[in-house]
Amino acid sequence: MEHLLFHPVGFIAAFFLLEGAPEQKLSPAVLIASLYVFALAAFLGYQVISRVPPLLHTPLMSATNAISGISLIGSIVIAGSHYDQHQTLASILGCAAVTSAMINVTGGFLITDRMLKMFHKKEAPKAAKPEEKK
Amino acid sequence: MSNAQYFLEATYLIASCLFVLGLKGLSHPDTARRGMIMAAAGMSAAVLGTLFHPDIHNYIYIAIGLILGSCIGIPMAMVPMTAMPQRTALSHAFGAMAASMVGIAEYVIHGPTLGGVKMGALGLEVMLGSLTVTGSLIAAAKLQELMRGTPIMFKGQQIVNLGLFIVMIGSFITWLINPAVSVYFYTMVGCAFVFGVMLVIPIGAADMPVVMSLLNSYAGLSSAATGFVLGNNVLIIAGTLDGFSGFILSILMCRAMNRSITNVLFGGFGSAVSVETAVSGSMREVSVDDVAVQLAYASQVVFVPGYGMATAQAQHACRELGNLLEERGIAVKYAIHPVAGRMPGHMNVLLAEANVPYSSLYEMEQINPEMPQTDVAVVIGANDVVNPDARDNPKSLIAGMPIIEVDKAKSVVVLKRGKGKGFSGLENPLFFKSVTGMLYGDAKTSLTNLAQAVQKV
Repeated sequence: MEHLLFHPVGFIAAFFLLEGAPEQKLSPAVLIASLYVFALAAFLGYQVISRVPPLLHTPLMSATNAISGISLIGSIVIAGSHYDQHQTLASILGCAAVTSAMINVTGGFLITDRMLKMFHKKEAPKAAKPEEKK
Repeated sequence: MSNAQYFLEATYLIASCLFVLGLKGLSHPDTARRGMIMAAAGMSAAVLGTLFHPDIHNYIYIAIGLILGSCIGIPMAMVPMTAMPQRTALSHAFGAMAASMVGIAEYVIHGPTLGGVKMGALGLEVMLGSLTVTGSLIAAAKLQELMRGTPIMFKGQQIVNLGLFIVMIGSFITWLINPAVSVYFYTMVGCAFVFGVMLVIPIGAADMPVVMSLLNSYAGLSSAATGFVLGNNVLIIAGTLDGFSGFILSILMCRAMNRSITNVLFGGFGSAVSVETAVSGSMREVSVDDVAVQLAYASQVVFVPGYGMATAQAQHACRELGNLLEERGIAVKYAIHPVAGRMPGHMNVLLAEANVPYSSLYEMEQINPEMPQTDVAVVIGANDVVNPDARDNPKSLIAGMPIIEVDKAKSVVVLKRGKGKGFSGLENPLFFKSVTGMLYGDAKTSLTNLAQAVQKV
């Protein structure tokens, strides 16, 4: 089978042929569904994000950072599961992943909100001024 | 599927929708906060749901991670706004770190039994993740000035990089063919770590907006690859949104500098020889009192901030001066170049922090037509983004880069620390024009002095 890998099509086909435990392998149906999700998310992302004004580009970056901290859910499962072998290493890697992802989730949402709080249309003192004169 | 799993998938679906709605909210400052609260709610739902995942048997490591993460994450949200670029670079590193750790753990646990597709995704995830970790750390070190910000170049750099890249991809492919030989996998991870460093060291601090956006995109794509490995759609969606946001931002930043991504990554800006306009004449130095009089009798004043405003922490002083001028009935506007500062939107956040309403912040395309009617343009620590050479001299290194055309204003005042050249090392003909007056000194002190002088006029 290995000679197939020297041809690009064979290389891609080999992905599907490589042996793996049936319960761990990604079934073609799931893979295709995942590719649909990826493609549609990419289009949606392009549409939504190109509408964000340059004014908010820094909050956009910290917001998307916080959102991609969703890898926290994968990390939690790894850190908390039971394995027959490599338990300690898996738990430590999982714990490190939970920590890193959690930093982005808490830090990212908090700082985004802190920044967005500062954007306002017209300052409060100006609006209050006419009242002072009265 | 058990009921618990249906419940879990439902929380993930809700989270995905809330993330998209949250980003949609960012299309306007008025709806942005509400959007982010929705996204945060989605995140909480997904995380809480996951805590009841049927596979979880042991909560100790989860608790340690969650507590440690919050203890680091919350102080990181309290940094001053001038430190936003460094902080963002660090959070790219953490995001990518989480993704690559998950990938390595999955390989450690399941070994070669994952099957070809998952292993391909896992390899991409770990490779992108690892190079983003070290790349972002270098970027953060450059921005924090722990490392010198100028490009670091050496002889044969391109060849070394190419060699590293080939070894990295080579071990990835060899590993896919022989999944049981973990040596290939760890060689790939090692090469990716080194490659991340090599990718960022030749890039100067002024090009950081592009690099930050690219690293953002890599971190996101590596999260999306995690989704493929774990077969989890919410990870694919969130990662893709992050990846595309970074991608769009890098394109916008490159366009704002009229350069291609490859040029930014491999060009080593500042090392090439450029033909500069022979500048004749001398710079005209002006005093605080002269400028104060000019400002006080103007009808429209435009401030053009650059990275110098951030380093001098001059945004509050700038706003105070702006307030005084507005009280005299002068129209005060702030013109912001897309690549001013060290990350996309850097200047907007700083001015917002100083209480400048966003309706006074103008984009380059909006303000340029108004320049001829502007009485005084005040350039605060900006250089390349107002360099008329970009427009007039086709042989300049920054030729074709769109600029804020302050030289079309009736008068220009440049606040500058010293007489030296700017970050890029390019001569700026603006400083030698007859309309331009130079006010030397620390930007914050100069602005405070100007505010006092304006009050006396």
